[in-house]
Amino acid sequence: MVKVRVKADGSGVETANVKMSMNPFDEISVEEAVRLKEKGIASEVVAVSCGAAACQETLRTALAIGADRAILVQSDAELQPLAVAKLLAAVVKRESPQLVILGKQAIDDDANQVGQMLAALLDWPQATFASKVEVAEGKATVKREVDGGLETVEMALPAVVTTDLRLNEPRYATLPNIMKAKKKPLDTLDPAGLGVDVAPRLATLKVVEPPKRKGGGRVADVAELVSKLRNEAKVLP
Amino acid sequence: MPILVLAEHDHASCRSATRHAVAAASKLPGDVHVLVAGHDAGGAAKEAAAIAGVAKVLHVDAAHLAQPTAENLAAQILAVAATGGYTHLVAPATGTGKNVMPRVAAKLDVAQLSDITGIESADTFVRPIYAGNAFATVQSKDAVKVITVRTTAFEAAGSGGSAAVEPVAAAAPAGGAKVTGQELTKSERPELTGARVVVSGGRGLGNGENYRKLLEPLADRLNAALGASRAAVDAGYVPNDYQVGQTGKIVAPDLYVAVGISGAIQHLAGMKDSKVIVAINKDPEAPIFQIADYGLVGDLFDVVPQLVDALPPR
Repeated sequence: MVKVRVKADGSGVETANVKMSMNPFDEISVEEAVRLKEKGIASEVVAVSCGAAACQETLRTALAIGADRAILVQSDAELQPLAVAKLLAAVVKRESPQLVILGKQAIDDDANQVGQMLAALLDWPQATFASKVEVAEGKATVKREVDGGLETVEMALPAVVTTDLRLNEPRYATLPNIMKAKKKPLDTLDPAGLGVDVAPRLATLKVVEPPKRKGGGRVADVAELVSKLRNEAKVLP
Repeated sequence: MPILVLAEHDHASCRSATRHAVAAASKLPGDVHVLVAGHDAGGAAKEAAAIAGVAKVLHVDAAHLAQPTAENLAAQILAVAATGGYTHLVAPATGTGKNVMPRVAAKLDVAQLSDITGIESADTFVRPIYAGNAFATVQSKDAVKVITVRTTAFEAAGSGGSAAVEPVAAAAPAGGAKVTGQELTKSERPELTGARVVVSGGRGLGNGENYRKLLEPLADRLNAALGASRAAVDAGYVPNDYQVGQTGKIVAPDLYVAVGISGAIQHLAGMKDSKVIVAINKDPEAPIFQIADYGLVGDLFDVVPQLVDALPPR
């Protein structure tokens, strides 16, 4: 994982010259969708991304993993979660999928919002943090990771699922599939064409690094550890 | 203009997460109201009314709120918010808060602020990004702010309040989804996110049996909660709710003991605010030692039993 560097002027995180790749939770989403197709449950997998033209690379990766088609909603604007959810809702209205699978959170903004917001805008049920998904007879049965363990939710389709770490282990795109992906359809739309206002609602005033934690303390053995915990750190009775 | 806090509870009582959310809400201008939505939740409502800083408790009781779905909880919050004139809708950033609040925000056509760690003013908040490697100060222009609060960043509100408890009619159940089962970890130990001491195990333990044999006695001596790295959970040593990290639980105990954990950035994101960090690992280069206050390089299979013996039984 690349070390994150905050820009000296505090305006954000340095992303110039940083290699972008698919959000890990979204790799899990694409994998799950492709598995549903391989099981004969899904008839088509469409991969969607919202952002700059460079997102096409990520969409080609999705196609190489097994998606049939890709859609890029192209915009160079800052797209916050509510805007992304609105763009996806517009795409859903055009495509009429029975199931939308998203990663539970993006590991840059750590927001964990888009899936839930999309479900709300569509007035669809949602099952977040999925560790197992089964689809049969117009229903999705999802095992969710919750604070106390696991919870099973049953939803009528169409529905939204967000993926958690243990849902599956994504495959690597093979070279033959990467080549095939170049020929799969990738359509480009834009926010204005979809009738969506993507103006950000949150203004980022500054971005800073947290104070560095002083670490590196060593103890030679258990006796020294216990003594320091008791007398120095005072965390033991 | 009041603030609404969604209580985290098990119907009989409030979870400590609620007190941290109330503490955060108390920094905002306006009365703090707590919404207890549940089934036979009088106990939780009564406890909420006694939390310091709470002006009013709204108690909604209905069968469909016994094991609520996001759809039902969101509908309930929206119904209460429609007449309450709330400027801020706040929940702790628990699994429930994260599941429900973005849904509420989208229905209100406003942004949602996830996992805030600081409040600068009624419209300006601080939150972690990039696994807590950076903190962003963000200002919301929306009329209603929908917020989830990182509980470890706000000291829990105490007791001593005596708010009125107002029964509120339940919103109609939202269809489409229902909870059909739960597999919850049963434990006598302190709850992970609120515990004063956490003993956490990683891949170095090798398997689940070792995890239990070595760490349970240690956790017993320290009256600690048990946690784990993602690697340990993925490998099946412990259930998913033990995971500490960027995409698991965020903890900030007085003492965090990391056993056989290398210290990946994603793990540190979940525990680097602990007051004291102890690391036990046989690899002197393990990144965890860079943030540990007391690092012991050694074989955990020797060190942990020695440590248990050196601590008095409770």
